[in-house]
Amino acid sequence: MAHAPSTTALAVFVVLFVSVALLGFLAARWHQSGEAQISEWGLGGRRFGTLITWFLLGGDLYTAYTFIAVPAALFGLGANGFFAVPYTIFVYPIMFAVFPRLWAVARANGYVTAADFVRGRFGSSTLALAVAVTGIVATMPYIALQLVGMEVVLGGLGIHGNWPLVIAFATVAAFTYTSGLRAPAIIAVAKDILIYITVIAAIIIIPGELGGYAKIFASVAPAKLLLAPPTANNLGQGFGYATLALGSALALFLYPHAVTGLFGAGSKHVVRRNAVILPAYSLALGLIALLGTMALASGVQSMPAYAQGFKMFGANYAVPALFLQMFPSWFVGVAFAAIVVGALVPAAIMSIASANLFTRNIYREYIHPKCSPANELQVAKIAALVVLIGALCFIIGLPGAQKFAITLQLLGGIWIIQTLPSVLIGLYTRWLHPMALLAGWAAGIVAGTWMAAEKDFASSIYPLHILGVTAPCYDAISSLVLNLVVSLALSFVFNTIMGRARTDATAVGDYV
Amino acid sequence: MTRFRPIYLLLFPPYIALLWVGSYNRVEPTLFGVPFFYWYQLVWIPLGALLLYPIYRAEERRKD
Repeated sequence: MAHAPSTTALAVFVVLFVSVALLGFLAARWHQSGEAQISEWGLGGRRFGTLITWFLLGGDLYTAYTFIAVPAALFGLGANGFFAVPYTIFVYPIMFAVFPRLWAVARANGYVTAADFVRGRFGSSTLALAVAVTGIVATMPYIALQLVGMEVVLGGLGIHGNWPLVIAFATVAAFTYTSGLRAPAIIAVAKDILIYITVIAAIIIIPGELGGYAKIFASVAPAKLLLAPPTANNLGQGFGYATLALGSALALFLYPHAVTGLFGAGSKHVVRRNAVILPAYSLALGLIALLGTMALASGVQSMPAYAQGFKMFGANYAVPALFLQMFPSWFVGVAFAAIVVGALVPAAIMSIASANLFTRNIYREYIHPKCSPANELQVAKIAALVVLIGALCFIIGLPGAQKFAITLQLLGGIWIIQTLPSVLIGLYTRWLHPMALLAGWAAGIVAGTWMAAEKDFASSIYPLHILGVTAPCYDAISSLVLNLVVSLALSFVFNTIMGRARTDATAVGDYV
Repeated sequence: MTRFRPIYLLLFPPYIALLWVGSYNRVEPTLFGVPFFYWYQLVWIPLGALLLYPIYRAEERRKD
């Protein structure tokens, strides 16, 4: 039986949303030191313990859009969409090995952004500006996509039009302004309880109703059940799949919102512990991914009740339709509230992260170098508001903005990975020359964007032809290789000509 | 530079296992009806975390 969006679902949804939003405002008073400075607002005073960091990073990295788009990919593409699982597995060994080091050097030197570190390590404000601008540009479409996630769910509740989005985003803007990073940290706890309840219920109820997993997977077209195998002169979809997972994992912790969540941790032990316990979210994500296959098996795509939704939102409507079909209406309210609240957390952190970058690496560096800590804080708070309002205007003001945001996010991953040599390799050696890093960054961005453009921005996999073999490779990986080659070669040249004497504001002891 | 510690080799198995897509791109054996491709990758999520745990223990035992 198909449930129409009901008042029960809507009532449960509204009550949960309002309660969670209130938590965001109360968060301002939580562990507040009262000091007016950017690390208090923008990093929550660097005091979050293991559990809060776990909720914060979980809410930050596994966003509402993820919960809609990953199952949608399985629903539409089949096996290819499952790359999100190896991607989230690849993230944590990197986080464990590398990021305690970044945290330590940031703490020792009062760095608020990754670009701050690059500025100190290489003594180049130009390279730091490149890192900061890449971060901001890569984050903006991500925020817009959170709105897309909200729109789909609200559509499922039968709410259309712009005003609910405006209300939701006004709420985020208000508590972000007042509470800073503390707001998403507290909200993330509530959001995750809702998410885990939804996932567990979905995994218990839906497979049973659909007649078990064998039947669910039988509904997948045979060509989409697995990846197309390699042939004599083509490495096959598996190569694209593997590079997509690896490239996405390398890019993830370069995103400003990930760095912000990480820098909020109270110690590097917190960072390490989180690398061990964050995979719990990956498990939830893996199970949520399978919801896409369940949606396929449930046949919602051919039911008239959901035709309108699929027409508006495409495959992204698969999970909302599945929930409406399978859950009692009060639980639809819970599940949809989980997704919408799930959008508030990353939207808040992403706006804070962009604001930190703008304030530290553009405003203080180029506009007002002698600004006071209080002034710096005020600029950051206003910048966060501007970012959120900008994302909202973009989505509701521009026709076709949704598709544009998805394209930009695809490019964002390719762009942000170009900061890897400066940020991550920079943690281990300062042999690389800042001008060489800048040239490598530019080469990577141009090559990556060109490859995506060749595919009309519809796919981020570009077939490389090497010695007669075709390798379908994720643009971020191939362009990163080019970036590394350029950075290494030019560093060798510059170091030979100009010598290796450069300023480095960090000391060896800062890294441990 | 800190010296190399062998326990850090535990960071690598997930990459080797999952980048080698050909080793798991198949349907059989299924588990509760789920094709191998899907459940094998899901199993690597807790496995990856379990491999990190001994490195974490070793790291925390050092004085700092």
